[in-house]
Amino acid sequence: MDALKQELKSKIIEVLNLEDIAVEDINDNDALFGDGLGLDSIDALELIVLLDKDYGIKLTDPKEGKNIFQSIDTMAAYITANRTK
Amino acid sequence: MKGCYINGMGIVSVQKTFDSEFLSEVIVNETENVLYAQQPSYKEMIPPAMIRRMAKGVKMGIYASTKALEEAGIEIPGAIITGTGMGCVEDSEKFLKAILDNDEQFLTPTSFIQSTHNTVGAQIALGLQCKNYNFTYVNGAVSMETALIDAKMQLDNDELTNVLVGGIDETSSHTLELFKLTQIIKKEEDKPYSVLNSNSKGVVFGEGANFFALANTPNDTTYAKIEDVAIYSALQPEQVANFVTEFLKANNLAISEIDAVVFGNNGDVTHDGYYNVSSTIFNETPQVFYKHLSGEYNTASGFGLWLAANIMKQQQIPAIVKMNGLQKDSYKTILLYNQYLGKDHSLILLKNAKA
Repeated sequence: MDALKQELKSKIIEVLNLEDIAVEDINDNDALFGDGLGLDSIDALELIVLLDKDYGIKLTDPKEGKNIFQSIDTMAAYITANRTK
Repeated sequence: MKGCYINGMGIVSVQKTFDSEFLSEVIVNETENVLYAQQPSYKEMIPPAMIRRMAKGVKMGIYASTKALEEAGIEIPGAIITGTGMGCVEDSEKFLKAILDNDEQFLTPTSFIQSTHNTVGAQIALGLQCKNYNFTYVNGAVSMETALIDAKMQLDNDELTNVLVGGIDETSSHTLELFKLTQIIKKEEDKPYSVLNSNSKGVVFGEGANFFALANTPNDTTYAKIEDVAIYSALQPEQVANFVTEFLKANNLAISEIDAVVFGNNGDVTHDGYYNVSSTIFNETPQVFYKHLSGEYNTASGFGLWLAANIMKQQQIPAIVKMNGLQKDSYKTILLYNQYLGKDHSLILLKNAKA
């Protein structure tokens, strides 16, 4: 699980082009949206594509995203439970 | 005194022009066939949340436009009019590459959103929260001149008191490779590259953003007055002299009244003939060139306009841009002529704002 969390952090930094942010700067339970990392709705779309492309998870209900993308912890837990690749 | 005055300018180019005195730190590069823009620090000007999604062209456009508005003392322009030949080609390439790489699946929104030609004008407006007229002209190598014509018409007709106008083009790797294959860009073996008396095909490619804050009245920062702008789609080399003389005639000017002429020579031997007017009708006029400093791109004439406006304000022609040894005591009327690949001919007439 820890390896997956590290992997997710690097992928998020790369995909969302988070300049000046390193893997160490993101805590596992930091909020990704709002006050935490400050991601927005366009980033949410990028994360949905990331889940599909890299882990074979298709989010059919956009409302699910709110819970899944709360933090690295919630993302990693959801990926572990649902990944198809 | 109403007219179309350049009251502020901002530039990002392949030279270190963004924070230095006029042409004080320029370098003539004769060994690279692609010149990349010198990038200023954008962090002080663009919020981090926005900057991370922006391609080079958008950032250059925001930087140059902000500088132009600051210099002219304009907070919210009456209109934002941009010109670009190739648009946001970097994000267009990213998006198209993602389509191919991922078999038309997993397409992410960011590069698609930013890939349209009007991204620069839109992002400038978003940054300023400017909801005024916003238009982008995509008209080859007269894109910036077309934007200028729109701006000038609105100022001349008293529809607006000020306008932000700019030209912007960025390079991108795949497009550059295609341009090399088709010899739009000069071959490696043609070094050293020169834009005058060249005997090789193609150009040295560049990129940049050139923005102008125009107003219908001059102020303390005014560089020059844009008296007239003309564009012509396609001409034969022998028709250029007539294009020029008719334009001057319409402005009640004789050739001898032009104090300097700024040519867009780009070193492409195939189309150098278009600049024969330099040795025919303008053989007694001080001549200026600039594409050895800017490189060639669809809105490179914006660099020429920036150069000419500076010459007008400073009343002297720097040695590095002199095409001939002629000079005048004062520069009250400057003409610019540019063309690209034998098409998209443009003339811009500048007058001293105090004249």
